[in-house]
Amino acid sequence: MPKITFVEHDGTVHTVDAEIGATVMETALRNDVSSIVAECGGSCTCATCLVHVDDAWTAIVGPPSSEEEQMLDAAFEVKPSSRLCCQIKVTEELDGLIVHTPTYQGR
Amino acid sequence: MSETIKTDVVIIGAGPVGLFAVFELGLLDIKAHLIDILDKVGGQCAELYPEKPIYDIPGIPLITGHGLCDALMEQIKPFNPTFHLGEMVTTVEKLGEASFRVGTDRDKTFECKVVVIAAGGGSFQPKRPPINGIEPYENKSVHYAVRKMDAFRGKNLIVVGGGDSALDWTLNLQPLAKRLTLIHRRDDFRGAPDSVNKMRALVASGAMDLKIGQVSELEGADGQLVAATVKDKDNALVRIECEAMLPFFGLTMKLGPVADWGLKMDDELIPVDLSSFETNIPGIFAIGDINTYPGKLKLILSGFHEGALMAQKAHHYVYPDKRLVFQYTTSSTNLQKKLGVA
Repeated sequence: MPKITFVEHDGTVHTVDAEIGATVMETALRNDVSSIVAECGGSCTCATCLVHVDDAWTAIVGPPSSEEEQMLDAAFEVKPSSRLCCQIKVTEELDGLIVHTPTYQGR
Repeated sequence: MSETIKTDVVIIGAGPVGLFAVFELGLLDIKAHLIDILDKVGGQCAELYPEKPIYDIPGIPLITGHGLCDALMEQIKPFNPTFHLGEMVTTVEKLGEASFRVGTDRDKTFECKVVVIAAGGGSFQPKRPPINGIEPYENKSVHYAVRKMDAFRGKNLIVVGGGDSALDWTLNLQPLAKRLTLIHRRDDFRGAPDSVNKMRALVASGAMDLKIGQVSELEGADGQLVAATVKDKDNALVRIECEAMLPFFGLTMKLGPVADWGLKMDDELIPVDLSSFETNIPGIFAIGDINTYPGKLKLILSGFHEGALMAQKAHHYVYPDKRLVFQYTTSSTNLQKKLGVA
């Protein structure tokens, strides 16, 4: 089972098991990563599951779709490495993925 | 002066559960007014997933949020509910047995026998940008909504965002403003193409400015902005003089004033009695995502069920002397008359 590491803004680190096919957002909620809000439950309509993908992983995770890119307009402190993690599906390739969560998701 | 609106029931929240409550109350001859902070009905279905599929409405294998709301509006048409949209309920006071006064942020007052809270995750409110020290400027020179355009006449104005709200207000306020600058994180806009073209034309003609970047700092004193600093993608800083800023980053759910109405709360949810979904205050009910009880599931179908049981108990308050006879819409001519089909 792939492992994903969430590094929260306050330094809290969660390294958790992720189910293949689930989203990174679902993985965060199942493991009580409190800085992922996911208000819309994964519909890509709220921009409250923002993560900054660790530099070593941006090429593997890839860029956002145009729908997601539009939704990123409703997030804050967006960087080139920013993604909405409800739009990242867990695959075998993502074993070891590191994402950083922001201080604020808009609420 | 605001008049007092008298009705049987005030429903707070016009999402799917609030809408269906109109149906269940209507079958029992109970009239309702609905109040919602959004400018449209449908709640989360309209705001968060209008075009997304919902697969778990009984008997409907697949419907979108928008489709479900349209269908509910059609279903409750015979009961002719009154909607008060773009308005937030701020106060709920118990005046006596089966008597409540409900007030809104638009200074409307309602008097009713029963209050139904169907407020979902609370009220949708504008997202506040996380800019250090923004609080003192809010509602003085940083505004999340435009109530009076004239307040911005002759001012240096900054609008932030890339969606329709940001573009619409840019186009509406540009003729009034001394100088308007639109700030967006990327040089691509998700708003209506026509609005984008109009905005681009104004920029090309020199009538307004467009700056690509994110606001990183505010300057001013006593709530009055003087300038904002914008950081572009290369981290270069640009200072823009402004007397007002309008950020549009969409909405987020906040519990809002519900917590101030004297209701027992449990972690931002309202505990209810399982037989009627009544709160600790007799005559106030809570249905849908905002309530909690053992085994609660935040599903639209649960909210529908809760609305049906709520209406049975609400009948006691609205018609204390009438006996309630349970009937089916399939077989009761009485109910069919109310639905306009008999």
